[in-house]
Amino acid sequence: MEITVTVNGTGYTRDVEPRLLLVHFLRDTLGLTGTHWGCDTSNCGVCVAWLDETPVKTCTVLAVMADGHRVRTVEDLATGDTLDPVQQGFSDRHGLQCGFCTPGMLMTARRLLDDDPDPSEATIREAISGQICRCTGYENIVRSVRAAAEIERTADQEARA
Amino acid sequence: MQVPAQFEYERATSVAHAVELLTRYGPDSRLVAGGHSLIPMMKLRIAEPETLIDINDVAELTGIRLDGTELVLGAMARHADLLASPLAVEHFPILVDAERVIADPVVRNRGTVGGSLCQADPSEDLSAAFAAVHAVAVIEGADGRRQVPVREFHVGPYQTVVGDAEILVEIRVPVRPGGGSAYEKVERRVGDWSVAAAGAALWLDPTGVVTDAGIGLTAVGAAQFAAARAEEFLRGVPGSDDAFTEAGRIAAEDCRPVADQRGPVDYKRHLAGELTTRALRRAAARARGQEA
Ligand SMILES: Cc1cc2nc3c(=O)[nH]c(=O)nc-3n(C[C@H](O)[C@H](O)[C@H](O)COP(=O)(O)OP(=O)(O)OC[C@H]3O[C@@H](n4cnc5c(N)ncnc54)[C@H](O)[C@@H]3O)c2cc1C
Ligand code: FES
Ligand code: FES
Repeated sequence: MEITVTVNGTGYTRDVEPRLLLVHFLRDTLGLTGTHWGCDTSNCGVCVAWLDETPVKTCTVLAVMADGHRVRTVEDLATGDTLDPVQQGFSDRHGLQCGFCTPGMLMTARRLLDDDPDPSEATIREAISGQICRCTGYENIVRSVRAAAEIERTADQEARA
Repeated sequence: MQVPAQFEYERATSVAHAVELLTRYGPDSRLVAGGHSLIPMMKLRIAEPETLIDINDVAELTGIRLDGTELVLGAMARHADLLASPLAVEHFPILVDAERVIADPVVRNRGTVGGSLCQADPSEDLSAAFAAVHAVAVIEGADGRRQVPVREFHVGPYQTVVGDAEILVEIRVPVRPGGGSAYEKVERRVGDWSVAAAGAALWLDPTGVVTDAGIGLTAVGAAQFAAARAEEFLRGVPGSDDAFTEAGRIAAEDCRPVADQRGPVDYKRHLAGELTTRALRRAAARARGQEA
């Protein structure tokens, strides 16, 4: 069936089978391979992208369910060569090693900071608790999200000054 | 790669439209809410509906509100909505306690209250919480609406009274003064299903005597997710620690856990009793205004 999904601000109209999962629509149909695909059982969280404003596990959403909706993926975070603060935070604080979990972590972190610009460590840990990282032991991910919050706070203060 | 079998996809725009679509496509059609139970089952081909009817656009199914003396939860209220609901915090903290330990935050963004009840998984948390607070399910079909107490909602594992061409519309929970409630769960790791869990709702008179009690249990084979004999024992006795321990003992005696990868029977039975007692203690503290 024909669906139109606005991904990262661009409308894509494609003919898809109803059984196509959103993660495969993004990766295979649109070639947006930033969103990763791991456990396939809604446990690991590497497939997290936003459906409208909300992070979801795209291995457990059908592409047809996104028809008429917006999707935001990791490809939308940077503006040109300028990294989004969450990406900058992960870069500064070594928030990734292999990088497999990173797109999902970044999309959850972006949503968290949009809702709560100054999250505590406990809040960050809770927010990423549905996502698995086999490399970092999470410490550096938590620091990275805190660093991103600081980057945004500094930018805010400069903008106001 | 897990791929569901082929199916047709339809999107309902209202409850009446959903009922119409269910009627048109017959018993091989299924509603999809958050899809976080159904889609995994379709990927494993445990479920192979011929038509999937998406109810995510049905605005009248969303929201959590107070209607007179009832808390009303739309079937499409997401777990995340319930967790963040000030009305739930105020009237039924048991629901918030339960939501905090259901799955993980991203799954909670998508999974729904109605989908959870209709999935009727024997380890489902909200079924136990709703059993404890004597909730009522509102179901709509071509002939209109009917109300079914949550304790009569489950027919068996993965089976409910919702008919092929019916839809769960909302859950209503009567709000009565003097009450407190709480939920206690033991899980192997964060976000996992319960090894066992217990929910309690208590109403105390000004002298501390229990006027009514509701106890819900999940994952331990309790009939209708409830501990009826333990509730009966509590009515009319002072809400003391001894009473809560005895109620836990009765609840443990009455449940029928099965051994699986989450634990052996005696461990689950022990948890059922202990968690019942703890939930009652916390519910009582809340009823007395001693705990948030
Ligand atoms: C990783 C993971 C961990 C989880 N952990 C827990 C946990 O710890 N505790 C827990 O309780 N749950 C847990 N769940 C289940 C989660 O709560 C699901 O979201 C929920 O069981 C189903 O809700 P849904 O909206 O996704 O339903 P769906 O998957 O869309 O539907 C489930 C069933 O209900 C039917 N249905 C849905 N809505 C209606 C309606 N309004 N009227 C009639 N029928 C309807 C569907 O046809 C389907 O048969 C977990 C899920 C996942 C993926
Ligand atoms: S691939 Fe979606 S949660 Fe693991
Ligand atoms: S960086 Fe390797 S899984 Fe997280």
